[in-house]
Amino acid sequence: MEDRTSLNRQLAQMLKGGVIMDVTTPEQARIAEAAGACAVMALERIPADIRAAGGVSRMSDPKMIKGIQEAVSIPVMAKCRIGHFAEAQILEAIEIDYIDESEVLSPADDIYHIDKRKFRVPFVCGAKDLGEALRRINEGATMIRTKGEPGTGDIIQAVRHMRMMQSEIRRLVSMAEDELYEAAKQLRVPYELVQFVHQNGKLPVVNFAAGGVATPADAALMMQLGAEGVFVGSGIFKSGNPEKRAQAIVKAVTNYDNPALLAELSEDLGEAMVGINEQEIELLMAERGK
Amino acid sequence: MSSPTHKGAEGNLLVAILALQGAFAEHESILRILGVETVLIRNLDDWNRFISSLSDGKKGGAIIPGGESTAMMRIMRDEDLFGPIRSAILGGLPTFGTCAGLIMLDRKHLDVMDIAARRNAYGRQLGSFNAEEEFLGIGRVPMTFIRAPYIEDAGPEVEILAKVDGKVVAARQGNLLVTAFHPELTDDSRIHELFLSIVAGQGS
Repeated sequence: MEDRTSLNRQLAQMLKGGVIMDVTTPEQARIAEAAGACAVMALERIPADIRAAGGVSRMSDPKMIKGIQEAVSIPVMAKCRIGHFAEAQILEAIEIDYIDESEVLSPADDIYHIDKRKFRVPFVCGAKDLGEALRRINEGATMIRTKGEPGTGDIIQAVRHMRMMQSEIRRLVSMAEDELYEAAKQLRVPYELVQFVHQNGKLPVVNFAAGGVATPADAALMMQLGAEGVFVGSGIFKSGNPEKRAQAIVKAVTNYDNPALLAELSEDLGEAMVGINEQEIELLMAERGK
Repeated sequence: MSSPTHKGAEGNLLVAILALQGAFAEHESILRILGVETVLIRNLDDWNRFISSLSDGKKGGAIIPGGESTAMMRIMRDEDLFGPIRSAILGGLPTFGTCAGLIMLDRKHLDVMDIAARRNAYGRQLGSFNAEEEFLGIGRVPMTFIRAPYIEDAGPEVEILAKVDGKVVAARQGNLLVTAFHPELTDDSRIHELFLSIVAGQGS
């Protein structure tokens, strides 16, 4: 009997301590791979441009994704809309390595997420708090990331989500066994998942930071807050020197607790993406899908 | 977990685990269960401290974990770890590579083992699988392959330890041990114990 859930969780374990970069062309994918990315996210427009363009944002053209799959040997991920299981089926058909059921695209279903257990390919999903993370895991997600606020270059939401998740995990750990039933009810998740967190002090799957990471210091901050790796979207290819910034963020994730090295890495990176402050945004993508 | 086969020696062993990217924590926790001291290597300072602590009589070994070999190679070169690690291995440091670690020890990367690895030999994630096969000297072991390589060519000094569907997935050359699969993802510690016996046996 094939155990896809374990194999898919284990692929996420191999990505730990790494940086997953958004790329829109084979050329960018090669730059990301050479810079030390542990995977790339293939998409037609990076979140900052999706935000700027507005309108309905959908799964990328499979031909464009295949071009990126041919360009690199590292895992290739792609996004589908929340609840859009047909897009997910298409991504599975082209043998994508990981599907991101993502709030960055326009949601296709305002009630149901994809039943991810029906698929053989793995899914990563965003979460703002522990309940959301465990609900996605219960639906079959084998990797979790914070939702951050994509395309802004503002780290505040990723920090908020990661802190929230870690503090709720600590709360579960400290609970008495008989309090876990009520916790499961409040979180709207099965008791077994709550029990796992209580016993292990972490999610049953790998947990990355995503949304607003633009500098080596941002990456180090998220790692120190408990992220096991980072997604960098607009932060790299919207900056002055993508190649150098990409390499610096990769090394910052490895040596996230070494300020002297981080200082070196942060030098001369050129212009960071301009970014938008949280208060200036009209559309909060993190509020999509709960 | 089965019990260690080299009882009494653990206190004298120190295993460096390359922690640039990937599943290094999984190796760390298996070695902890086996009672072996470990040190994570993230930069050149870590490596130099590890090498100098071997001078006071400890027997050292190194593990290169699963992860992405391109990412680990890039960081290894940028952090000036490539040369020191390569020369330590050529100098006899017992080293265990799993998956990406196998690739990194081959002719095209660190070039310390006489093997050619084929990357992503089973295709993309949909090709990842579990198996259980015979491992020379150990018996049947569970094997987890995640976007795994296999060994497509091996020199005369390389001893083949396991095959799956006719492809070489584990091998040894002197103090070097490699597996295309991930023993650190299962709760069977016998392959780690084999590696520790190589570490304990060096110089004797």
